[in-house]
Amino acid sequence: MEKRASLSSVVLPLIAVVLGLVLGALLILISGDNPITAYRGLLSGSLGGSDAIGRTLEKATPLVMGGLAVAFAFKAGLFNIGGQGQLLLGAAFAGWAGYALDLPAIIHIPFAMLLGGLAASVLGAVAGLLKATRGTHEVISTIMLNFVAANFTEWLVSRDGPWKDPEGGSLARTPEILSSAELPRWGPLPTGFLVAVAAAVFIWWLVKKSTLGFEIRTVGANPNAATYAGISVTRITVIAMGLSAMLAGIGGAIQTQGVNGRFEPGFNTGLGFDGITIALLARTNPIAVIPSAMLIGALDAGSTQMQSLTDVEPEIISVIQAMILFFVAAPSAVRWLLRQRDLGDEPEMQLATGWGG
Amino acid sequence: MGRLVATATPDTDIGTTRRAEPSAMVRWATRNWLTILAIVAVIIGTYFAYQWDSRQTTAVAAGTIRQATPLILAGMCGLVGERSGIINIGIEGQMLLAAFCGFMVTSYSVDALTSGPALAAGIIAAMAVAAVAGLFLAWTAIRLKMDQIIAGTVINIFAIGATSFFFVQGRTMPKVPNWTVSSLEEIPLIGRLFFDHGPLTYAAFAVVALFHVTMFHTRWGLRTRAIGEHPGAADTVGVKVLRLRYVNLAIGGALAGLAGFSLLQSAGVFNRGMTNGKGFIALAVMIFGRWRPMGVLAAALIFGFFNAMQSQLQFKQAFDIPPQFFGMIPFVLTIAVLAIAGVRARPPAAVGQPFESE
Repeated sequence: MEKRASLSSVVLPLIAVVLGLVLGALLILISGDNPITAYRGLLSGSLGGSDAIGRTLEKATPLVMGGLAVAFAFKAGLFNIGGQGQLLLGAAFAGWAGYALDLPAIIHIPFAMLLGGLAASVLGAVAGLLKATRGTHEVISTIMLNFVAANFTEWLVSRDGPWKDPEGGSLARTPEILSSAELPRWGPLPTGFLVAVAAAVFIWWLVKKSTLGFEIRTVGANPNAATYAGISVTRITVIAMGLSAMLAGIGGAIQTQGVNGRFEPGFNTGLGFDGITIALLARTNPIAVIPSAMLIGALDAGSTQMQSLTDVEPEIISVIQAMILFFVAAPSAVRWLLRQRDLGDEPEMQLATGWGG
Repeated sequence: MGRLVATATPDTDIGTTRRAEPSAMVRWATRNWLTILAIVAVIIGTYFAYQWDSRQTTAVAAGTIRQATPLILAGMCGLVGERSGIINIGIEGQMLLAAFCGFMVTSYSVDALTSGPALAAGIIAAMAVAAVAGLFLAWTAIRLKMDQIIAGTVINIFAIGATSFFFVQGRTMPKVPNWTVSSLEEIPLIGRLFFDHGPLTYAAFAVVALFHVTMFHTRWGLRTRAIGEHPGAADTVGVKVLRLRYVNLAIGGALAGLAGFSLLQSAGVFNRGMTNGKGFIALAVMIFGRWRPMGVLAAALIFGFFNAMQSQLQFKQAFDIPPQFFGMIPFVLTIAVLAIAGVRARPPAAVGQPFESE
């Protein structure tokens, strides 16, 4: 029984990915391109050579953080789809700390990263507080906060914004960050990716081994029982959303410090949604988030190469992702498609408990 | 409060046989005193605003109706779904798919047909694709017992990807004409307000009236409310719970399709991600409107009003506020409204839970 359950937690996501790719190939075929050439481009653009692998890891880094953000909030029974806004806020604040402060690298790098994370955590904590005290469903509030954060960060670097690059002309961006805030790179391996892996291990420890993690899991499993056991659901909800948002924010900070070198608004749109796919692909296991994010990161990284080979628009990736998410969230659909009944009985995720609860 | 007013009607009859029942109209008025008060306040407010600045008042008033249109239709989509017990977080995606298909069908068929039939074909396509998405949501919730929020998210992600993937730059479609009522549209303010809109705006108001009546006065409405509150009980008395959920999600989808096409009505062209959060705002509208058609209408008009004010102020550059802060208003407003209204909100009891007949 044990063994079968663990098997299905690997087999099912794999089947979901394969089915997603097969349906994606069908769409490519319909739009008049050769799916085999397209997927060959996808593969060589993501795994062919150290440059490509570096690009995949680079793309995977914010995805690990975004996936962790969603997976962690899931543990408390919360659905954080505000990853996009939280990431933008984290990226913007890390950008400011990166160019405005002059510190030694050993302090500068972690400080900028933490500042980005903290800024984002405020956004998450607000959603958590509203959920706990006013019953505002976090799905709506985090999405609305995405738009607020997008507007806010856009203003920060706009014509009249306080953080606008004075040498940037009409470009909306911050000045370049100082080299002391830059995350170094070791060959194809971006340091940011190591930070993300460390974050995944930390979250695994936090959820599985710490008292806070126990409280979070209890609230997620049954808020009434948690209250009865003397756990403050309000406190846990705020902390869980705040930490979840912080993870996404650090993801944004890494993007600024390790990839872009400054903050520019409007990059990496759709990350919040990617995070959902990744978290579910990992069955909300923090460690499994890493390979899941690498997979989605590889799809992203390879899509440019695919487009140059076949004219297939990179947007096909989000269609494939939607399919993967569907299959991974509905094991019964996979069973039904494959006429397979012995994939093990996965407990299906249940979030939809109505509004204002 | 209501009761106080009721007892204030003629006391003189007491002592004869029994107190006279207040007439139906009085009873309606005492139950809806707040609504009446609000309507009167809005009319008086508009009157004075019009005296003060007729051009801007007309612009804001007409803008309110225009901005409210997609929210009314999308809010009604959410309402029909939740009243039947299914949370629809995928309205955003349904609208986007509908706007896309509506645009494409209109754009490609306008050469073969004239612009009128092409637009009609576009509207039908928009309704059809969103209805299919609604059926998909129902299928995942009923057959697969998938989490409804995740299922809705699947629709949203798919819609963003698919509409961008198949989008062809540079196509155009004929403008959706305004339906004006000749001579009536000449009336100051009222003409622009009520008799000079695109067909989908009239449709939105008709939909509210239709569902107000059917939801509370027909067998379909009673059954729909029953399967959303207590599907087990409905099943016991012979209501086909699952079939009705499929039907209602398809109806809701068609409404989301109209909402999506109404975006084309005001924008005139399809843009990537043109829903811009309206599908989610519509859910807030539904909650604020307490899962009632008239409530959805009122809530959507309030949102529409703030949006219209925002664009008018921004256009006039009345204040020295960066445009990004104006852009935040609808989203901050949505959160504020939910925070204020959410506590007292009571959704249909069985919403979000899978149901299995015994």
